[in-house]
Amino acid sequence: MRRRDFLAAWGAAALAGCAPGAAPPLPPGELAGGDFELGHRLAGGDFPAPAETRRTGVLIIGAGVAGLSAAWRLQRAGFQDFAVLELEAQAGGNSRSGRNGISAYPLGAHYLPLPNPEARAVRALLADLGVLRGDPAAEAPVYDEAYLCHAPQERLYRQGLWQEGLVPHLHLAAGEQAQQARFFARMGEFKAARDDRGRRLFALPTAYAGETPASRALEQLTMHDWMRAEGFDAPSLHWYVNYACRDDYGTDYRQVSAWAGIHYFACRTGRGGEGAGETVLTAPEGNGWIVNRLAGRLGPALHTGCAVHALRQGPTEISVQVWDRKQERSLEYQAGQLIWAAPLYLLPRLARELPAELAAAIAPLGYAPWLVATLSLTAPPEPGAGMPLAWDNVLYDSPGLGYVVATHQQLRRDSRGPTVLSYYRPLSDADPRAARARLLSTSRETWAEEILADLSRAHRDIRRLTTRLDLFRHGHAMVRPLPGLRRRARLERLAAGWGRVQLAHGDMGCLSLFEEANYWGVRAAEHILAGAGGRLRERLV
Amino acid sequence: MPAAEGVRPPARLQHALLASVFVIASCGLAYELVAAALASYLLGDSITQFSTIIGAYLFAMGLGSWLSRYVGGNLVRRFIQIELAVGVLGGFAAVGLFLAFAAQTGPFRVLLYLAVLAVGTLVGLEIPLVMRILKREVAFKELVSRVLAVDYLGALAVSLLFPLILAPYLGLMRTGLLFGLLNVGVAVWALLLFRDQLPRSGGLRLAAGASVLLLLGGLGVAGKVSDMAESWLYTDEVIHMESSPYQRIVVTRWRDDIRLFLNQNLQFSSRDEYRYHEALVHPGLGALPGARRILVLGGGDGFAVREILRYPQIQSVTLVDLDPAMTRLFSTAPLLTQLNGNALKDPRVSVINADAAIWLEENGEVFDFVVVDFPDPSNFALGKLYSTGFYRLLERHLAPGGRVVIQSTSPYYARRSFWTIVATLEAAGFQTAPYHALVPSFGEWGYVLAGREPPGLPSAYPEGLRFLTVAGTGDLFHFPADMACLPMAPNRLNEQSLVRLFEQEWHGAAR
Repeated sequence: MRRRDFLAAWGAAALAGCAPGAAPPLPPGELAGGDFELGHRLAGGDFPAPAETRRTGVLIIGAGVAGLSAAWRLQRAGFQDFAVLELEAQAGGNSRSGRNGISAYPLGAHYLPLPNPEARAVRALLADLGVLRGDPAAEAPVYDEAYLCHAPQERLYRQGLWQEGLVPHLHLAAGEQAQQARFFARMGEFKAARDDRGRRLFALPTAYAGETPASRALEQLTMHDWMRAEGFDAPSLHWYVNYACRDDYGTDYRQVSAWAGIHYFACRTGRGGEGAGETVLTAPEGNGWIVNRLAGRLGPALHTGCAVHALRQGPTEISVQVWDRKQERSLEYQAGQLIWAAPLYLLPRLARELPAELAAAIAPLGYAPWLVATLSLTAPPEPGAGMPLAWDNVLYDSPGLGYVVATHQQLRRDSRGPTVLSYYRPLSDADPRAARARLLSTSRETWAEEILADLSRAHRDIRRLTTRLDLFRHGHAMVRPLPGLRRRARLERLAAGWGRVQLAHGDMGCLSLFEEANYWGVRAAEHILAGAGGRLRERLV
Repeated sequence: MPAAEGVRPPARLQHALLASVFVIASCGLAYELVAAALASYLLGDSITQFSTIIGAYLFAMGLGSWLSRYVGGNLVRRFIQIELAVGVLGGFAAVGLFLAFAAQTGPFRVLLYLAVLAVGTLVGLEIPLVMRILKREVAFKELVSRVLAVDYLGALAVSLLFPLILAPYLGLMRTGLLFGLLNVGVAVWALLLFRDQLPRSGGLRLAAGASVLLLLGGLGVAGKVSDMAESWLYTDEVIHMESSPYQRIVVTRWRDDIRLFLNQNLQFSSRDEYRYHEALVHPGLGALPGARRILVLGGGDGFAVREILRYPQIQSVTLVDLDPAMTRLFSTAPLLTQLNGNALKDPRVSVINADAAIWLEENGEVFDFVVVDFPDPSNFALGKLYSTGFYRLLERHLAPGGRVVIQSTSPYYARRSFWTIVATLEAAGFQTAPYHALVPSFGEWGYVLAGREPPGLPSAYPEGLRFLTVAGTGDLFHFPADMACLPMAPNRLNEQSLVRLFEQEWHGAAR
């Protein structure tokens, strides 16, 4: 905490003491996030001539989950001739995290569900990180208890009461409970559904998903319309399904395809041994623990603050123009192979020679903007009526998705010390372009007021407890899984890549999920490994 | 209005007024005793509380007497108004103070003394007014002797009734409300007696009626309020009370029985704590003649340490307790250090105030014997300290051949909880030996001895034990049918099944 912030916090406390009942002034904080100015300058291409040319066997663009997974897979095979370029100052993409005097905390993705058996690469990664023990191929592998989300996991604030879990189940109108039961039974059927080749229709990674005419039809309407068509009209169920779509896709269920909406409920089959059941892996820094450890292994092969502004394919190699933001100079990379592990929409802007049909396959992708608030609290909020403070705490009918408690996984008896809350707010209530404009033009103070007002519905003491409120903006956080995007021809075109360029990103399967990004990263790495050294000793995808 | 001074009560009313003096005096003393007793119960240190409350009350009465010179107008009307005010204010003082204390809102002592001063001032007004009303009828000498005699008689009556009947059977809140009703009763009586001297008394009647209803209503819900606040009340004399950031610490004494309550839960009674602590320490430590380094987690009262120090070979005892207030109290208060044999001041003992799990995570020391004496797993934060994750952490601090013992709630009242703790230790890789002992204050109590190898039993105990014998120890490890082993799932951090079980079982136990 800087001196100014410290004084401001004390001033706030003193004022609060003088005028009981009056709303204390806004806690201090900062507005951070992707460098939007630079992002927009990239398309302009206004950079000096390169000062240095570097050569590498494989160049990975983007150090999010896809890029880090690709690098991990190369290292696993003993392949060291690669470099990773990351636009931002910190690796991790949507899984980035922060740390303050109280705790580490997520700035984006905050959990990983226990991976499905088909997510073999994720399981191998977790085994490598020491969190999955024993056989990664086991039906229910044993996971390190420290990373399994501790109980109580979730609670929902509705009608003045905190209830356990996120599915509303108290004070429901007649028939809502039965409708919920019918909905979850339907999801259970989808979970088990397979095509005539025996592939699960809603597998994750989605590359393993099978197809039937019925599943293709789900791609033609929105989740909301599907629910209506199926006779689901219970308000609590609609809220919950929309919550799920906003949570996983940053997109309203009136826009998400029914296939993607159902996928949220039907894809997870991962279970853990020793009583872990179906739960999630988490840590104070969310998924930051995974990307931080992967980035740490890269050493000098990872270059952060490196903006790619042009990409050209030559006869024997690829030439990449880079602006090094730290040293403020231009670089050129010449690579034998390239893994594009950054959001796909950037590629056509930088690669002017990109084939038109590949650009056309990328063009329909849209991205949901997100805002993540980090609230530093002197103590957890008063528990309120009902279920005590959980890891994930959600408010019914809120524009936000609630908050997770960074100190939840701590093994401490005294749970009343300072803590950090990460509050999530997808800007799913407007067209993404307009929402992004709002995200960028709205001041920290305005957002902070809105967030504190939302939270104070359940926590009257939130303003008094909050000593800092920092905001992190994700302009293009998640690809939006709208109807019609999962056409096979389109997906196959993306998967085919472009000469020496392999595409690897969650955007490929049109789902911004860890397993999906990891799959495409590992797949690109294995493609290159197979090409370089002939037969691969192991195939993870 | 000088004419009003001259209102002369008929002779037959004299006795009525004197009778009301008796009631008024009783009420006056009752409010004083209720306030002083309340302060002693809630704040502890009864000598100070009685002394300062009675002093403040007498001072306020003096103030009231002096202020009575400014009271003019229709004296009977004033008298009735004052009676109503005393009745309502004095009657509800105890309820209000209890609630204020229970809700922990505002500065309780300020509220307490404000209430005492307000009631005392009003009570101080009563007798001078009565004397002024009576003075036209009765000679001054006669008046003073009669009124004051009745006044002191009333005081005597209540001073006897209060400790013998009122406080024990009615409780402080009902006693206060009852005397409030008596005060209002005097007002109603006066309203009836003086009805021809009270023109336009509609307002007074209304106020009197409202006061009666209010106080009756108070008596009606006093049961509920007292249920709520009664948990704050201890049957014995409170000799120490403090609120640390972690818990509310209360020490009570009744004759030679000293009891510790943390957040209203009994932690020990000095009459039988030796059973609990001998059973906690010796079956494990007695079988480890080579044990040198001991760790105690929780147990800030120093009793477990006292038992550990019976072994001459012990070189170091590390006590990790969350609350500095606890360890300070049990290292300094003479009455309590007498009980724990000044164990926390022993040169071999180091006291660390830290969160046990965090301390274990941050330290690499290993120990030959670890005593885990945490509060029962009544919430999710405490439940983490009974989890496979915590026991695995603990295992890393165990020297080769070392043992741990875990206080494990009651296998009788919370049978499934007890066997869940056993299953949890086993899932974390320990070999266990569960046992139990009868501690009259708690009932049947459970412990689990655990180690990497199956724990053996002691062949000798140190001198001076009052409960355990070598011959009888085997019996502790035998569980009768109503406490026998149940197959339970371990308490894992991601489920915390123990917290839910514990809540169900203790909720169901008749206590």
